[in-house]
Amino acid sequence: MTKQFALGIFEDEDVLLHAVENVRAAGVKIYDVFSPYPVHGIDDALGIERSRLPIAAFFFGLTGLSFALWMQIYMLGFDWPMIIGGKPHIALPAFIPVAFELTVFFTCHGMALTFFTITGLYPRFKTHVMDVRATDDKFVMAIELDETGSQFSRLTQLLRDNGASEVNQKEMSKN
Amino acid sequence: MATLTHQDSATAEQLVITGGARKTFITIIVAGVVVLILGILAQVMGWGAEEHAAAGEATGHLGASAGHGAGASLHEEGSSTLVKRIIVSLWHSNVFFLGVSTIGTVFMAINYVAYAGWSVMVKRISEALSAWIIPGAVIMLVVFLLGRHDIFHWTHEGIMDKGNPNYDAIIAGKSGFLNLPFYLIRTIVYLAIWAFFSYKLRQLSLAEDQLGGTVWFHKSINASALFLVLYAVTSSMSAWDWVMSVDTHWFSTMFGWYVFASWWVSGISAIALTAIFLKQAGYLKALTSNHLHDLGKLMFGFSIFWTYVWFAQFMLIWYANLPEEAVYYNQRLGGFEGHYTGIFFFNLVINFVFPFLGLMTRDAKRQMIMMKIVCIAILIGHWSDFYLMFMPATLKGESGFLIEIGIAAIFLGAFLILFTRRLASASLVPVNHPFLDESIHHTT
Repeated sequence: MTKQFALGIFEDEDVLLHAVENVRAAGVKIYDVFSPYPVHGIDDALGIERSRLPIAAFFFGLTGLSFALWMQIYMLGFDWPMIIGGKPHIALPAFIPVAFELTVFFTCHGMALTFFTITGLYPRFKTHVMDVRATDDKFVMAIELDETGSQFSRLTQLLRDNGASEVNQKEMSKN
Repeated sequence: MATLTHQDSATAEQLVITGGARKTFITIIVAGVVVLILGILAQVMGWGAEEHAAAGEATGHLGASAGHGAGASLHEEGSSTLVKRIIVSLWHSNVFFLGVSTIGTVFMAINYVAYAGWSVMVKRISEALSAWIIPGAVIMLVVFLLGRHDIFHWTHEGIMDKGNPNYDAIIAGKSGFLNLPFYLIRTIVYLAIWAFFSYKLRQLSLAEDQLGGTVWFHKSINASALFLVLYAVTSSMSAWDWVMSVDTHWFSTMFGWYVFASWWVSGISAIALTAIFLKQAGYLKALTSNHLHDLGKLMFGFSIFWTYVWFAQFMLIWYANLPEEAVYYNQRLGGFEGHYTGIFFFNLVINFVFPFLGLMTRDAKRQMIMMKIVCIAILIGHWSDFYLMFMPATLKGESGFLIEIGIAAIFLGAFLILFTRRLASASLVPVNHPFLDESIHHTT
């Protein structure tokens, strides 16, 4: 099964940002925008909801902290108590560096794995390249068309009015 | 929808200090004086017994049970403690406010050198913050010249002369650095450098407002770069001189950073708090939650940085447990019959746990009310951090809170009067700053 896309090519990020706002204001749903580098403010302009990843990060961190404290307290306090430097068996200040490191370790690995899972990134993942120039110096706004592709001429006009340097139609296979 | 180029461009805004604001500042000073008088009375009359109850001070009991004779000798002791407390409090609050004041210039200089655009909106606040440097410097020199014996053990008569009953071999070994002429020269050099560059950057900024053009911006970058190099050295050395040398026997290589971290996070909180107050009073129209968000991130990050430095200093001393080093924490954790134990842990909670959890979410950093609460908590927290640096070494178990808070309130009121006067003396928006547009369109 294939899908039709209208691709507006933009030369400048400011023009693109305005175009995104105007196109959305005109009631057209934007499929996605491809840019050579992250554009400030594009998430807000596209109306993308904020990621809930930080919430997951907090709980990964909490898990790491609990694990680190449990591990050290159990090992050094109960399983194999040793006197180190004349300190008590459960010497919290000495546990803090390890607790900190494991908190960071759990947080970053947990976040990376969560990110890969929810975005479906796995080995041999195929990307849909709308226009290769989006990896160089062009900004590409993709708008999904219906099967007939009948709105293309109207969209061409809209995108051109908003500063697109060219508008192409592209068919992408959907897997 | 926050995007580029849709905002109106900013125009000059002139702050008008209302009669109400002026009255508030005077009220703070008057309240400080009242608390100070209460504190003095408490100290003289021996009501301090309540204050010192935690310290389990025997004098209170003595005063209650013994007759006039004991009372008289108590009085004498009390009055000398009283003078000591006032002088140490003056020094303590002055070091705190002077440091925060200088951070205004440091913050601005770092943003210049980094070619940062977002902070232009709060630049005038950081400029105005340094209005306290000159009065602070004068107070510092006067307090040092008149009251140094009550603050610095190493200034005592004969302490560096062999054969003198006061002789202390360890302190005598430090006489190459800690001697009166060199100390005074250093202090004056630090203050002069800070005052000069604050003045210089302010003048360049005002000239930019009047004349426009990018030449002022480039001059400011040069001045800022030079200032930052000098400040890196002087902030560290001033921390040894003004703060660490009260504990003359003790030393810590982390101390310069520790004091700087305290000043720095307080200074950023002061800038953020002022920005919020101005915004709520209807000024700084182009200041958005995006700017607050960035200030909040700095506060969050540097609260953690302060904790990191604090902990790095604490853990090595705790682990090695060398008597000459560990005494510092012995005094603060359980020394003087637990006099400082409460404030020691309070210090960690208010300066680390509270900002860490309070500013963790994005929403908290973008909301004025949460930012306001955390800013105030950080300012109080770092004032008490300095309390904890000064009091155990100078007053042992004799310190209290009434005199200290009274003097801090007087400083705060005076600080605010000068600060707002400088804020009102120029436009709140640096209209000709080349990065102004970037700041207006800043998104986070």
